[in-house]
Amino acid sequence: MEKNKKNTPRREFLRTGLLAGAGAFAAGNLLSSCSESSKSGKKLKLLTPDGKLVEVDASDIKPSEEYKLQAREGIPGRKFVMVIDLAKCNNARKCVEACQEGHHLPTNHEYMKVYMMQDSDKSAPYWFPKPCFQCDNPLCVSVCPVGATYKRTDGIVLIDHDRCIGCKFCMTGCPYSARNFAWEDHEEYDGSIVYNPESSVPGQEGTVSKCVFCADRLRENKLPYCLLACPMGVIYFGDIDEDAVTNGSETVAFSELIRDRSGYRYLESLGTRPSVYYLPPVNRQFPIERGYDGLDEEIKDRYKDTPYAKERG
Amino acid sequence: METINSASTEKLREFRSQIERPGMRSIIWIIFLTLLILWGIYALYIQISGGHVVTGMRDNVVWGIYIVNFIFFMGISYAGALISGTLHLFRTSWRKPVIRMAEFITIIALFIGPLYILLCIGRLDRLSFLVLFGRIQSPITWDVIAISTDIFGCLIFLYLSVLRDIAALRDFTELKIPKWRKKLYRILALGYTGTQEQQVRLKRATDIMAGMVIAIAIIVYSVLAWIFSVTLQPGWHSTIFGPYFVIAAVYSGTGVLIIAMWLFRKIYHLEKHLTRKHFINIGVLMLVLAAFFGYFTFSEYLTKWYGSQKNDEQLIHLLMDKYFILFILSNYLGVLMPLIVVGIPKFRTINMITITAVVVVIALWINRYLIVVPTLESPYIPIQDFRPEWISYSSTWVEWVLTLGGLAAFCLFFTLGARFIPIISISEDQDRKGEIL
Ligand code: SF4
Repeated sequence: MEKNKKNTPRREFLRTGLLAGAGAFAAGNLLSSCSESSKSGKKLKLLTPDGKLVEVDASDIKPSEEYKLQAREGIPGRKFVMVIDLAKCNNARKCVEACQEGHHLPTNHEYMKVYMMQDSDKSAPYWFPKPCFQCDNPLCVSVCPVGATYKRTDGIVLIDHDRCIGCKFCMTGCPYSARNFAWEDHEEYDGSIVYNPESSVPGQEGTVSKCVFCADRLRENKLPYCLLACPMGVIYFGDIDEDAVTNGSETVAFSELIRDRSGYRYLESLGTRPSVYYLPPVNRQFPIERGYDGLDEEIKDRYKDTPYAKERG
Repeated sequence: METINSASTEKLREFRSQIERPGMRSIIWIIFLTLLILWGIYALYIQISGGHVVTGMRDNVVWGIYIVNFIFFMGISYAGALISGTLHLFRTSWRKPVIRMAEFITIIALFIGPLYILLCIGRLDRLSFLVLFGRIQSPITWDVIAISTDIFGCLIFLYLSVLRDIAALRDFTELKIPKWRKKLYRILALGYTGTQEQQVRLKRATDIMAGMVIAIAIIVYSVLAWIFSVTLQPGWHSTIFGPYFVIAAVYSGTGVLIIAMWLFRKIYHLEKHLTRKHFINIGVLMLVLAAFFGYFTFSEYLTKWYGSQKNDEQLIHLLMDKYFILFILSNYLGVLMPLIVVGIPKFRTINMITITAVVVVIALWINRYLIVVPTLESPYIPIQDFRPEWISYSSTWVEWVLTLGGLAAFCLFFTLGARFIPIISISEDQDRKGEIL
């Protein structure tokens, strides 16, 4: 949580529209008008978009049902996009950690994963952070038998943990391995937190979850955890219609960034139309080995089967 | 009420011992099966209370041997429907001794198969959502509709085809069975007495249903195949999966049918009814299907291997490396053995054909395993994990015990079914005498 505080100035950002539109709307949403008289005495935990858990009287907050309804609608007038600059990533894993903390994920349960990619034996390896791509033609949504996972007008694909039956069909449908299944119960899945699909907290055993682009934070005009945590400014986030993305320190026009840096989408040929773009790892700022610095043995082990690691021994 | 005819009474005398009190041997058998099922229920309890983590399934291989069993049981069920429907429609003269077994296989497997898909579901408490919030766009919904239609159609078909036997059992007063069973036969016989008009109607209805179950079986199994082939997974995204699955299903079904014939022939001493001819006839059917199955398998892997994309290549590599022995067993032995054993007259003995059938059934189970698991182990984005169980799937005791439990349930229902209705159709002479054909 401390980390987020430090970042406050950065967070201020996101251009014009974001501030004007969502801000006012969301502020009123979180705590419904509290009338002092009707306290129920029952305490519930609520996760604020700042990532803080607050205890509030049950009568002061909207029931989970309302969050679920609200989460079905996209944030009006928005179409979110993420750009990941592979040239700057050195596998610091700060994005992963902040995401896990913010979404109350158990160890090794990651929405954002960092892969070591190497397209062929002779090509150079690079670090590849991978969130959910929030595809515009999402197969996971098409195959869901109960409408638990859905696509919103702002481009975000969400899952309703209370609706999901855990058939895992969406997991086989996703070609990007973006989805996780809760194979067992964890203490992080604290059932007393009021469930909001936009934050995907708390998780639930037997259901599927994934990166949600921090939809609850976006509603409050805040940037995703991963972006704010990244010390290298690898992750840009913004609105494709406004043609603006920011990594917290610089704001650029999305179209120019993609044009000048030859941005692309991963596995474009599959026709899923992701909302996440990548900037190729050219003119790299770090040698690939730097990504091993300070990693736990377990994490290092993940990469042991890559051609690079094998060659290196 | 007069008896249906003397011929069936004759037959019934022969089969009465199976219908009346079970002997010691069969009681032990039934207890054994029940224990296996109870063990399965215990494993299910472990899975429900401990979460799916007790299985070998993880985020990459999200479906394991449960879905393999699902495809397998559904497969033999559709095969039974296709075989009994076709034999019935074509009035194959030798069909009577095998058709009832095929029908039993159909119905029993059809009830056991779907249980396995339920085992893959993380939240069984929300099963009703499939109806409450069902989305027709999802292939799972197609499957729910298809399978329930199939269960319905097959039940009617089976019922129609046993109706005369039930009436015969009702009229066979010498039968020493408890009162409730007599009563049950009376109710189930629906007042059928074998009048000319009843016979004509029954025949017509059975014909219609025979045609229907053939059509339904093909559709349902294709829908099942589409659950896989609509996804983008390299090993699944194939246009031939529909017909491939249908062929594989009928193929495995003939295998199970031959095994059932062999067992009942031994246990119930049906040598008179089930002759070598029956084994050869079904064996030839198996041979033809083996050729088709081999052809589909070959086209499927040839195209993947020859003009391989990176991910196809990865999959083929996995199959040829880690899964090599299984691959040979299922896709070579499982195809070639029937071709050789049934193809060469010298080898066509009852025992040889049955051994081949056993190999075919196992090979087909492995074939499904190789369709499901290696594909999920080689996703587009390489698996990078330090936990071995997240990289490759290996099934746990819970999954195996539940598999055994399903197998035991299949055998148990078969055994009980054969106690209730003769495993060989007894009213066969009726057709020829009545000239209703
Ligand atoms: S696992 Fe849940 S979200 Fe995924 S397809 Fe099944 S019901 Fe839908």
